[in-house]
Amino acid sequence: MESLSNKKKQLEIKPLNFWERAYLPAIAKGLSITMSHFFKKPVTIKYPEEKREFSENFRGMHSLKRDEQGRERCTACGLCALSCPAEAITMTAAERQKGEEHLYREEKYAAVYEINMLRCIFCGLCEEACPKEAIYLDGDIVPSDYLRKDFIYGKDKLVEAPLNQ
Amino acid sequence: MELIDLLIKIALIIVIFVISLVVAMYSTYAERKIAAFFQDRVGPNRAGPWGILQPLADGGKMFLKEEIIPTNATSFLFIVGPSLAILTACIGSAVIPWGQNLEIGGRVIPLQVTDINVGILYIFGVVSLGVYGIMIGGWASNNKYSLLGAIRAASQNISYEISMGLSIIALLMVTGTLSLGEIAKQQHGFWADGYFSWNVFKQPLGFLLFIVCAFAETNRSPFDLPECETELVGGYHTEYSSMKLGFYLFAEYINMFISSAVMATLYFGGYNFPFMDLIHSPNLVAILGVVALFIKIFMFIFFFMWVRWTIPRFRYDQLMDLGWKTLIPLAIANIVLTGIFMTFFK
Ligand code: SF4
Ligand code: SF4
Repeated sequence: MESLSNKKKQLEIKPLNFWERAYLPAIAKGLSITMSHFFKKPVTIKYPEEKREFSENFRGMHSLKRDEQGRERCTACGLCALSCPAEAITMTAAERQKGEEHLYREEKYAAVYEINMLRCIFCGLCEEACPKEAIYLDGDIVPSDYLRKDFIYGKDKLVEAPLNQ
Repeated sequence: MELIDLLIKIALIIVIFVISLVVAMYSTYAERKIAAFFQDRVGPNRAGPWGILQPLADGGKMFLKEEIIPTNATSFLFIVGPSLAILTACIGSAVIPWGQNLEIGGRVIPLQVTDINVGILYIFGVVSLGVYGIMIGGWASNNKYSLLGAIRAASQNISYEISMGLSIIALLMVTGTLSLGEIAKQQHGFWADGYFSWNVFKQPLGFLLFIVCAFAETNRSPFDLPECETELVGGYHTEYSSMKLGFYLFAEYINMFISSAVMATLYFGGYNFPFMDLIHSPNLVAILGVVALFIKIFMFIFFFMWVRWTIPRFRYDQLMDLGWKTLIPLAIANIVLTGIFMTFFK
């Protein structure tokens, strides 16, 4: 039958000739190939010291942003947690008190905001869901650690450094 | 034998023992580095500069790992296996001539532990004992994979020992002696009587057969079927852990070192190097000879590793085919050809 792509190729299976059966020429060829690699520059990137260049839309660790006056943008609406396919985000909301206007932009803010980095799949849906432009995945690779509990990142690790620093 | 001679012998034995262990230790490092270079990687580089403390770290890890003897294993034989493997690996070095005699203060110090007149037979005996370590260990583990690995090791070593022995016979016809010291002496310099003096030029086919068999005897790739991880988990050392496993792995590297030394001595002139007659101080010649021998040994070790990271493993039936249907007939033909050559041209 005619094959659809017309790319069918009939292979000929010949018995091995003497030199092929003697292995040695093939072995010598293989040895010369590996030897040519011996002097090539290694392609290894020695990770913690050297880093591969990230692409522009690389999604790394999350950061919770501040606005121009250094106030936290997040209003604890929970949309990010809702959109998260891995259910990695939890938060506790609190009401802004008098005198805290310089800390939080909206009347409601996240007192606790935690992302479990072991659950997160870095899909970036939280970033897309956020109405306040409060969360971005613009950080580095999440570093390794020894204990599971240390992968639950709280506000101390997520919130951007204050402006005046 | 005088006391001082005895002390010198003991010192020599200790030095050789330490050297074989250090060489084996750093062969593990070299293997990983060389493998890395062949695969465009950098290899171990964290422990010390360029990772040169890696073997120490590996050894320390081996010592500190938990010692496990499976419930159903025969515990006595389970321990005897690796002990025998490492023992036979270490005693092979006794008959290798490491250099010419040194002369210090009127005393002649031979750089060979013992020059018995059946040196080659001794090496053969030790090599064939070596397989018992693997066999006993694999059998005592009471595990299917270990047993299969052990059976493979045994049948492979037996098949390849034959062609190894036959390839040696042709060499013996040329040299006329079984003593390794004598064979090394005969290959003096590089050029003698209008021909190369090294045996590899007199026995090229014999050397080829010998090196193929040496790969098989040391269980190195492409003949590493006894520990073939894709089929047999870990082969004969599947059940082993901690330093007992370390001994098995270590024995492989010592074996590689010793068989490189044997090949260098039998075929590549041993401690002889070209233009050695131009140097007049005999002690300097002896020391340079030791250096030359070690350079040859390291080249062989490099070759072992080069082959390992190039050639895929043979299938078991191909291995047996190669051993029985190719190498043995070739070895016999080599003997006949050597005989004809010696009768008509000498
Ligand atoms: S990146 Fe995706 S998985 Fe990670 S927290 Fe955001 S929504 Fe969840
Ligand atoms: S980060 Fe954005 S989406 Fe998530 S709770 Fe805060 S404001 Fe809402």
